[in-house]
Amino acid sequence: MALDPSYKGRTYPPTPPYVVGREKIREFADAIGSTDPVHRDPAAAAASGYPDVIAPPTFPVVVVTLANQSLIDDPGLGLDFSRVVHGDQRFAYTRPVHAGDRLVCVSTVEEIMSRGGHDFLTTRTDVSTDAGDAVVSVWSRLVVRGEA
Amino acid sequence: MLDIGAQLEPQTYRVTRADLVRYAGASGDFNPIHWSDRTATAVGLPGVIAHGMFTMALGGRALSAWAGDPGAVLAYGVRFARPVFVPDDDHGAEVVVAGVVRAVADGTAEIDLTVTCGAEKVLSQARATIRVRA
Repeated sequence: MALDPSYKGRTYPPTPPYVVGREKIREFADAIGSTDPVHRDPAAAAASGYPDVIAPPTFPVVVVTLANQSLIDDPGLGLDFSRVVHGDQRFAYTRPVHAGDRLVCVSTVEEIMSRGGHDFLTTRTDVSTDAGDAVVSVWSRLVVRGEA
Repeated sequence: MLDIGAQLEPQTYRVTRADLVRYAGASGDFNPIHWSDRTATAVGLPGVIAHGMFTMALGGRALSAWAGDPGAVLAYGVRFARPVFVPDDDHGAEVVVAGVVRAVADGTAEIDLTVTCGAEKVLSQARATIRVRA
């Protein structure tokens, strides 16, 4: 196995807060073609019961990718990113991300395993506000293709 | 409205190279296999492929449309089964997201998504929980 299995269970320190901006949400919504006004009009978001414009469901990946960079770059883990493909992705939401959120990520290595010549790395990132309120938990499974 | 077994209206999305460039910028995922044919072919792909997370986002758009509110998506998970190849032309690729209601309970509905590009199923085990409006 190319990955160091002792990393299983390791939890990384909380990231500095990522401040979610209205224009970042609009940019992401534009990029996925979502025209829903709750992503761009605070009044429309308020009419739906939200404190500010809300992000599309997969937006948290932006924050999680930044948070997991230190893990991916950790030479001790032994992740060869040129051999990595994205295997699975899952989100469990406490509430939608909205503009003004100050998001803190705590990433944990949930699983490291080897099967069929490939290595699998599953991370869970718990995303909360800097006041400690849970927002979303995000699971990412990367597949490291074995050397042929 | 959402009964067990109900088929949700399939949503069709066109994906062009320009969409991938825009998604790269918005998401921060600048892996060149999503915009450079030279890099994509060097790693054994026939050409540029869409970000898996972009395809997942299209599924999220369909869920938002079905739920009537993007904030009503309570859980959403997929497995990336096959890549979406995006040719360098004006037509691009077409991704179709279909859904069926697997279960209904406590104001929520469990949805199974079928996400295809041409004849290929590009996501598998694609499931979501959405809040159902009273």
